[in-house]
Amino acid sequence: MTMGTVETPIGTPQPATSRVVNHERLSRHKTGMVCFLVSESAFFSTLIMAYIIFLRHGDAGPTPAQTLTLPLVVLNTGFLLLSSFTAVLAERQLRAGNRPGFAILWAATILLGVLFLVGTAYEWHGLIHNHGLTIGVNMFGTTYYTLVGFHAFHVTVGVIALTSVLLVARKWEPQATVPLPVTLVSWYWHFVDVVWVIVFLVVYVVGR
Amino acid sequence: MHTWIVTVDHKKIGIMYVFMAIVFLVLAGAAALMMRLQLWAPNLQLLPPITFNQFFTLHGTTMVFFMGMLILIGIANFAVPLMIGARDMAFPRLNAFGFWATLFGGLLVYFSFVVPGGPPAIGWFAYAPLTEASFARGPGVDCWALGLIVSGLGTTTAGINFIATIVCMRCPGMSLRKVPFFVWVMLWTSIQILLVMPPLTAALVMLEFDRQLGAHFFDTQAGGSAYLWQHLFWFFGHPEVYILVLPAFGMVSEVIPVFSRKVLFGYEFMAAATAAIVLIAMGVWAHHMFAVGMSRPLDLFFAAATMLVSIPTGIKLFNWLATLYGGKLVFKSPMLFSLGFLSMFVIGGLTGIILACTPIDFQVTDSYFVVGHFHWVLIGGTVFGVFSAIHYWYPKATGRMLSERLAKWQFWLLFLGFMLTFAPMHIAGILGMPRRIYTYGPDRGWELWNQLATLGALLQAPSYLIFAYNLVSSLWLGEKAGDDPWDAWTLEWATTSPPPPYNFAVLPTVKSRRPLWDRKHPDDPDWKYE
Repeated sequence: MTMGTVETPIGTPQPATSRVVNHERLSRHKTGMVCFLVSESAFFSTLIMAYIIFLRHGDAGPTPAQTLTLPLVVLNTGFLLLSSFTAVLAERQLRAGNRPGFAILWAATILLGVLFLVGTAYEWHGLIHNHGLTIGVNMFGTTYYTLVGFHAFHVTVGVIALTSVLLVARKWEPQATVPLPVTLVSWYWHFVDVVWVIVFLVVYVVGR
Repeated sequence: MHTWIVTVDHKKIGIMYVFMAIVFLVLAGAAALMMRLQLWAPNLQLLPPITFNQFFTLHGTTMVFFMGMLILIGIANFAVPLMIGARDMAFPRLNAFGFWATLFGGLLVYFSFVVPGGPPAIGWFAYAPLTEASFARGPGVDCWALGLIVSGLGTTTAGINFIATIVCMRCPGMSLRKVPFFVWVMLWTSIQILLVMPPLTAALVMLEFDRQLGAHFFDTQAGGSAYLWQHLFWFFGHPEVYILVLPAFGMVSEVIPVFSRKVLFGYEFMAAATAAIVLIAMGVWAHHMFAVGMSRPLDLFFAAATMLVSIPTGIKLFNWLATLYGGKLVFKSPMLFSLGFLSMFVIGGLTGIILACTPIDFQVTDSYFVVGHFHWVLIGGTVFGVFSAIHYWYPKATGRMLSERLAKWQFWLLFLGFMLTFAPMHIAGILGMPRRIYTYGPDRGWELWNQLATLGALLQAPSYLIFAYNLVSSLWLGEKAGDDPWDAWTLEWATTSPPPPYNFAVLPTVKSRRPLWDRKHPDDPDWKYE
């Protein structure tokens, strides 16, 4: 037994380069993504807590009941929920080896994400110009724009990530498993979607 | 130089973390020394009040975010992949990003020296509304908040990286029940980082929105809540104390068995106690806020939860004592610092239990008693643990031994100077001396205690200089270490000192918690009994 090893190694000795990462028990990328999403949950929990704490704090208007309208936001929510479906279907097409089907559904996911952002922009435009609600007007403005704004920021990052995947996907060789970027980005996208469901419930359903 | 800047090697990044932490230690230590000199006698005018306030802000912020966290993350960065028989962290480039982001955050905080108004004068926990635009007008607070956001992102990526590394990259045979204890502790510390750093980031973002965009989160005059800042900050701030001390627990849990020539006593109980500390520590934060005037049930809840932490912590202390008991103790420098840790941390823990009693806290909150308490925990716990670890792993990192003679001078100067500095603070606190005052009147009866503390600080200062000198001079003058100078049992000692970039030419396979014991004693291996 040589001093450089602890016991007889399993399998063949690996080439001695630092870039080779071997013996991966679980996917480190998936584990890392889960950890990242846990930290994101802690971040959003804090913003949501702050929103709830300041809900109906003081009566200086404009208030949520005066300003927030359900039809627009329900449509917006529909875009985002639908985009999670298209992402799942796209992944399924990829697994079945249907590359064009994947590209179309993945592009639809991106489009729905963009529509959500356009909807948010339209909503904010109305809030600012018709109701005079800005971040500095009252506690509702402060907490609303921070929470919804950070969510929209995450959707924006998601759209960029989805688009990057679509761009690099063209160069992928056909393969049996779903490529990691597709899995990881769709996890992120579903997470952003779930956060929106909670934001929707807190801000637009309970908070109105 | 270029190879260090572009490196993604966990060992080099770890060493850079430690180096950076020591630079920040010197800066923040110098600020502390100046404050101690200012408090030497009543009505001294060495530091103007505003400078004094800026110094204690920078001292606290630096010691917590840019010294404590970094030196622990740095040592773990170096040791964890080696201890689990991996070739690097799970995400080497993310690792480098974490380091540079943290360094940039630290520089951003210190950039406040050149902005109008100078550094923030808000204390390390930056209570609102003092931090709001109307009270802190210069951009110093913005430098502080943005610096912490950026370094917080770096720390969070380090947490993600540690978890992915420890969960996914362990060598064949090393189940989670067989990881070296330090690795187990780093796993839980990282979980805690993931859960509490993002809320701090959110709170800092809210603060910046208040200051820059006119939001009102902590602006009490516009309906905001200064109380919310306290909750958010301490929801991070108290678990942060455990982030700072748990890795030190792990370090001494590596050193004490090796220098007692015994296995760690009660590994399973120690492991469970670590998880329990992390979980309970999530529910104790408001014991920093008793004096705010919360409701009685809340006071009771947080007092009880705080005392509950002492149970798993006590389990650990008794296990370390049981490890020492009957062992063949070797009093080399790593062991000295570990024993210093054991004795001092008990005292810091006991004053913690005293402070957890709400009525006592009402009396001594924000007094020098509190200052004495948390320095006792953070120096007696974290710093002694860190010194133990550095003396233990320096031979592995550099291939040279540190000078034992200098290490002993360092230890005794620190041990005595530390007690002389912080023991009198408890008495000054009980006599009513508030923390964060830049001077005091001659009629208060605090002079003696302050002079003792200042003498202690002057005694400690050379110990840090000896340490720095020892670190540098031993690179050339130290004895050659060999692969395994301490006759230790974990995997990092199976490779060369310093290890090659790829750590292990052949990935090791392990069967027990002490793979090198198994190799050295094939007749009586551990795996038969685990």
